[in-house]
Amino acid sequence: MKKRSPNLERRKVVAEILKDRGGALIVPGLGSTTWDTAAAGDHPLTFYSWGGMGGAAMTGLGLALAQPKRRVLVITGDGEMLMGLGSLATIAVQETRNLTVIVIDNEHYGETGMQQTHTHHGVDLPGMARAAGFCAARTIYTSAQLRTWIPRFYRQPGPLFASIKVTTQYAPMILPMRDGAAIKHRFREALLGSKAFE
Amino acid sequence: MPVVMKQKSAWPDRIHAVLRDADVRQVAYVPDAGHARLIDLCRADRAIRAIPLTTEEEGIALSAGAWLGGERAAVLMQSSGVGNCINMLGMMRECRFPVLMLVTMRGQWGEFNPWQVPMGKATPVALASIGVVVQEVDDAARIEETVAAAANLAFNGSVAVAVLIGQRVIGAKNWKK
Repeated sequence: MKKRSPNLERRKVVAEILKDRGGALIVPGLGSTTWDTAAAGDHPLTFYSWGGMGGAAMTGLGLALAQPKRRVLVITGDGEMLMGLGSLATIAVQETRNLTVIVIDNEHYGETGMQQTHTHHGVDLPGMARAAGFCAARTIYTSAQLRTWIPRFYRQPGPLFASIKVTTQYAPMILPMRDGAAIKHRFREALLGSKAFE
Repeated sequence: MPVVMKQKSAWPDRIHAVLRDADVRQVAYVPDAGHARLIDLCRADRAIRAIPLTTEEEGIALSAGAWLGGERAAVLMQSSGVGNCINMLGMMRECRFPVLMLVTMRGQWGEFNPWQVPMGKATPVALASIGVVVQEVDDAARIEETVAAAANLAFNGSVAVAVLIGQRVIGAKNWKK
């Protein structure tokens, strides 16, 4: 199979997705996608992650089930998603309409020395999501495709899945707050108000 | 002894009642024979979302999301699944998320399968090593109060708690059946 070279830039992609995030709840994976979401603008309803690799999609599921009236966007990396592939099956079984899982796919482990991930060798994450039972799943290569899909991320009944192919171009680390309990409290207070501390 | 038999068959029903009282809305599980009755009760309960997992650590990450969204979750598993959860439990500790794990033990009382023994023996140690409060219960009559206490500690104290339900309560697996 001839491989198509990615040309989208991750920071621009994530900024574009989050530009009109409204009341959506954002769950980035650890590493690059946490820096990407921080670079797009700090927000209390982003649950920055510095650990728990493989858990982003499931954290998104628990959140989406608890908040059925809010849209939840998981924005994670290909390596992080590969570690939690079973969660695609678990999410599909729950038929969670308000959940979108987006993989910012640079086909490499960006935090550990740019080793190739399985997606570089042809592993098709949207194909796996579709086979698991996601309502729609798609690989996105161009900004035109991205523009078409961004409104769907927020509105189309899910679970939705998209893998957005991006370059390995270096993006500076933009570090958000780091204390896990503080990130959690800030998120819950913004979402639940005074109930967060009952 | 009919009284003892009745207690034995009723403890999953009492756990289910405790979970309802504690307002647990998401119950995630990897099946175990010891949890079969409780899983059925949760699946039949419209107030509870029952969530089958492909591996146990999914349930830990799910618990984080549930709490972020204002709901309470519990995770049911067999002792062999505890090892799968360790790194995800590290995240729960750093963020001080509540975790309620109900673990049915293998590799203990009358175990027939030697492959269950290493993880069974390691279960309480592994949990303690990542900061989970471990509450072991070997008597069916004490399961209800133990799970209620664990739920209280987890959700009001914002800590991870695991109740280990001893194989003596569940009964050794009968391989001749």
